Amino acid sequence: MRTLRQTAQMLRKELLTEWRQRSRVSGIFWFALATVLMVAFSTPESTILPRIAGGTLWLGLLLASTRSLDQSYAVEHEHGAMEGLLLWPVEPVAVFYGKALANTAVLVGVALALLPLLVGIYDAPIHGSLPMLFLTVLLGCGALAAPGTLYGLITSQARGSSVLLPLLLFPLVVPALLAVSNATTKIFEGDPMNQAPSWIALVAAFDAVHWSLSAVLYGRIQED
Amino acid sequence: MLGPVRIEDVSRRYGRRWALIHVDVEIRPGEAWMLLGHNGSGKSTLIGCLSTALRVHEGRITMGGRELWEHRQDLRGRIAVLGHKPHLYDDLSAAENLSVWAGLGGLEADIPGLLRRVGLDPERRDPVRMFSAGMRRRAALARMLLKQPELVLLDEPFTALDPAGRELLVGVVRSLRDAGATIVMATHLPQAARAVCEHALILEQGRPIYTGSVDGLPQDLAFE
Repeated sequence: MRTLRQTAQMLRKELLTEWRQRSRVSGIFWFALATVLMVAFSTPESTILPRIAGGTLWLGLLLASTRSLDQSYAVEHEHGAMEGLLLWPVEPVAVFYGKALANTAVLVGVALALLPLLVGIYDAPIHGSLPMLFLTVLLGCGALAAPGTLYGLITSQARGSSVLLPLLLFPLVVPALLAVSNATTKIFEGDPMNQAPSWIALVAAFDAVHWSLSAVLYGRIQED
Repeated sequence: MLGPVRIEDVSRRYGRRWALIHVDVEIRPGEAWMLLGHNGSGKSTLIGCLSTALRVHEGRITMGGRELWEHRQDLRGRIAVLGHKPHLYDDLSAAENLSVWAGLGGLEADIPGLLRRVGLDPERRDPVRMFSAGMRRRAALARMLLKQPELVLLDEPFTALDPAGRELLVGVVRSLRDAGATIVMATHLPQAARAVCEHALILEQGRPIYTGSVDGLPQDLAFE
C-alpha cells in the first residue's frame, strides 16, 4: 500500500514537472514528427508509404524516447533531487514505477498526436481495430519506457549521457520494436490472418519481464 | 529516540585517495557538533557517510546500536540533510516542492506554516528557478523540516544566506536541538556555528586533529 501511494506521488511529481515544462514534451513531438516526415520525403515510391507507416511511427518514437528519457533525469540532477530521493524515505521501486509510468504517458501522448498526421501523410487509413491499435501503442511505449528509465538512471551520471543511452537502449528494445512495428502495420493494413495479437502478446511478454526486472535492479543502481 | 551516533574508526576513500582516515567519535543524543577544517579536509565526506549517501570503506557508523548502512532504509526517515544542493525541483514553486516531498515520504506537514517559518511567502507561485540563492536555501531548510528529524546534518549551511538568513537558520537549528535532535554541522565559520554547537571535531586532510568542547578552541580560529 505504501509503495502504491509513493508511486502515485512520484507519478504526480513527474507529470507536474512535465506540465510546467511543456516545451520539453513539444520538443519530443517535433523530433518524432521530423523523423516521420524525413522518411516520407525520402521514400521514392509513394505506394510504399502505407506499408511502412507502422515502422516509421516506432522509429520516430524510439528516437524521441531517448530525448525524453534523458531529460527526465536532467530534471533530477539539476539541484541534486536524485540524491534527495535516495536519502528520503521513499522506496526505489516507487521511484522507478513513477518515472516509468510518466515516461510511458509522455510517449503515448506523442504517439497519439503523431497517429492522425501519419494517417494523412502516409495515406495509411486504419483498417484494423482502434482499441487494438491503442493497446499496441500503450504496450510499445511501455517497452521503451521501462528499460529506458533504468538505463537512463545508469547513464544520467556519466558524461555524454545522451550518447550512451541510445547505445545501451537500442539493442535491448529491438525485439519489442520488431513486434510493435509488425503489429501496427497489420492493424493499419487490416489483418485477415489475425497475426497482430501474436505480435502484441510478444510485446506484452517483453513488458512483463522488463517492468519487473528493471524495478528490482533500479534500487541497487540508485544506491551505487 | 535514535540513540548515540558512534563513528568507529571510519575511513573512506575516493579511488586511491583517502578522504577520511580513522575518524572515531561518539555523538550523544541531543548534542550539537561542528565539523571544522579547510576545503578538502573531509567534512562533506563525513556528512555524506552519516547521511548514508556514501558508504564507509573501513570502520563503521552505528545509530542507537544499529549499523547505519545496513539499516539505511529505516534510518533515512529520521535523518535530515541540508547539503550544498537544495534537493528541489526548479519548475515547481516552494509550496509544490514541499507538497511533493511530503507526499513521497508520507509525511504530514503544515506547508504554509513551514514556509512562513523560514521567511518565505506561502502564496508565492513562482517556480524555484526564479528564486535567489538565499531563498533557495530557505526553501531547502523548509524541506529539511518536513521530516521532524532526530539527526540533522548541515553541510556549510550558512552559504548564500544574508545575516537575517543566518540568524533564522541558527534559530531553527537551536529549536531542533531543544526538541532533542542531534546536530552535526560542517562549516568553515566556527564563530557562526558556536551559537548552536558545544562540541567540535576538526579534520585536517581527512584525519581528526581535535575532538572535544568548543571551549577548548581559540576564539579567533578561522578556516579561510
